[in-house]
Amino acid sequence: MRWRALLAWALSHLMLATGAVLMLAPFVWMLLTSIRPAEEVFGAVFNPIPSRFAGVENYAQALFASNVPRAMVNGAVVCLGILAVQLATALPAAYALARLPFPGRGMLFGLVLFGLTIPIQVPALPLYLALAETGLLDTFFALMFPFFLTVFGLFLFRQFFRTYPEEILQAARLDGMGEFEIVWRLAVPAALPAIGAFSVFSVVAHWNDLYWPLIVVTSTERATPPLGILAFRDAETGGNYGALMAGATLITAPLVVAFLVARRGFVRGLTMTGLK
Amino acid sequence: MAFAAVFLPRAARSASPDRRLALAGAAFAAPAALLLLTILLAPLVVLLLLSLTDYRLGAVAVRWVGLANYAEMFSDPVFRRAIRNTFLYVAFVLPAGVFGALAVAALVHARTRTRSVYEVIYFLPVTSTLVAMATVWQFLLHPTLGPVTPLLASLGFGRLDLLNDPDLALVTLAVIGVWQMLGFNMVLFLAGLSAIPRDLYEAAALDGAAGAIDRFLRVTWPMLGPTTMFVTITTTISAFKVFDTVVVLTRGGPLGATDTLLYVLYLEGFHYFRTGYAAAMTVIVLAFLCALSLLQARLIERRVHYA
Repeated sequence: MRWRALLAWALSHLMLATGAVLMLAPFVWMLLTSIRPAEEVFGAVFNPIPSRFAGVENYAQALFASNVPRAMVNGAVVCLGILAVQLATALPAAYALARLPFPGRGMLFGLVLFGLTIPIQVPALPLYLALAETGLLDTFFALMFPFFLTVFGLFLFRQFFRTYPEEILQAARLDGMGEFEIVWRLAVPAALPAIGAFSVFSVVAHWNDLYWPLIVVTSTERATPPLGILAFRDAETGGNYGALMAGATLITAPLVVAFLVARRGFVRGLTMTGLK
Repeated sequence: MAFAAVFLPRAARSASPDRRLALAGAAFAAPAALLLLTILLAPLVVLLLLSLTDYRLGAVAVRWVGLANYAEMFSDPVFRRAIRNTFLYVAFVLPAGVFGALAVAALVHARTRTRSVYEVIYFLPVTSTLVAMATVWQFLLHPTLGPVTPLLASLGFGRLDLLNDPDLALVTLAVIGVWQMLGFNMVLFLAGLSAIPRDLYEAAALDGAAGAIDRFLRVTWPMLGPTTMFVTITTTISAFKVFDTVVVLTRGGPLGATDTLLYVLYLEGFHYFRTGYAAAMTVIVLAFLCALSLLQARLIERRVHYA
């Protein structure tokens, strides 16, 4: 019996460790190549460990001779801009959907549920035409606009506000608090965990998004992180893989580091949705 | 009026409380409702109308063509190939992504000290930027510079160029797809596993369930039913929407072996600017996704309600 338990333990670790090696391999390869000298990438002899540390030149090239840093700044601007408008519009609307009886509430919520089923690819074509018509293509506004609306946020926050105690609302109203004050001073602070999880979801989705930026962005000045690394790759064809991997590391790093630091919050934010 | 009710509670006391709340509600919901109208509903109507025209971006004349775009689509070999490839891709990703994740979750769940280490490692690809990691994969799979080809050759597979082989390119993309989503599904299964009460296993043991496999079949699998259902649908939807790896790694090639629905749609709509035709294609894609998402939304609703 003891033998069987030991065998099961070893077998389970063996399987998990094998899988873990496969999961980590691309990251390890990326990091190793990012410090590998260019001549060795094309070398005839295959040696996993770089013969000398070339991280400085590779990262210097990614940082100073490529569009990667600008793409990252753009990515931050776009993600934060989207998140700010999402929270500013979705939180009060979700509170209204949950707690305030106004005409058309049922219909609005029905539309929110309907919206949950529609991905960006569906309104993309008409939105593109509208942006082209108004000369707004290739702007930050074009990058952010379709995502100002977050049906998922509306849905999530509404579910959350429904659980907020009615007695507190009544007491606040008796104290002379207006609904605006109630939303931002009572309900929103209570919803901070949900807001945190939603923010992770939103930022990760828009930092990584390729479809929409690929459509509306043409200039390098407006490239988002995925476009930045793609342009770098195409410019580096047959060139320096070490610098390209350094660029990939830089673009992947913010979210991965944030994940390692705030693991629980990250996993919650990404999985509560299932809407990846 | 609405502003008075929202910002000036004391001044608004004269109005009846119900009316005051209704005004505040309408004012709070208005911005989001306006966004819903301009970003979702209006484009949807425009899309349906466009799909009945021969509009091309920049064209001066537009004609109604009725359902001609739809008819053309179903006789278009590229579109038919894209449908076939997309379904094949889903068929590759689904079993590996669901059952692989379940296996990993079951193994990880049984660990105590090393559990969080494995959790982090398997979840890492989920948080990373797929486009950036796809450039890493391209390098890994490069027939002369990457380590995968010599590794597979030493195992007796011959020298493979996985991304440029028409028979293997789609499967290769599917492997990358599974690599990326496995951790996500694992976390969902872990949550499902943690929710199974311990005494169910004790009861099963009293009933004569011996061994891990017996326990799994009698307790774990049935109790995970809703989770498995949910994971299956989310995996199907995200596999159906495969796009990033196609753009980065194959651009639909070689010989159209990785032309997928969203990639073909992207090309028609935003490269060739055959707007009307692309609109019709979007409607078809929407039909597929809506059917799947409706199922999913119902499941989410249930999860949020009873979580």
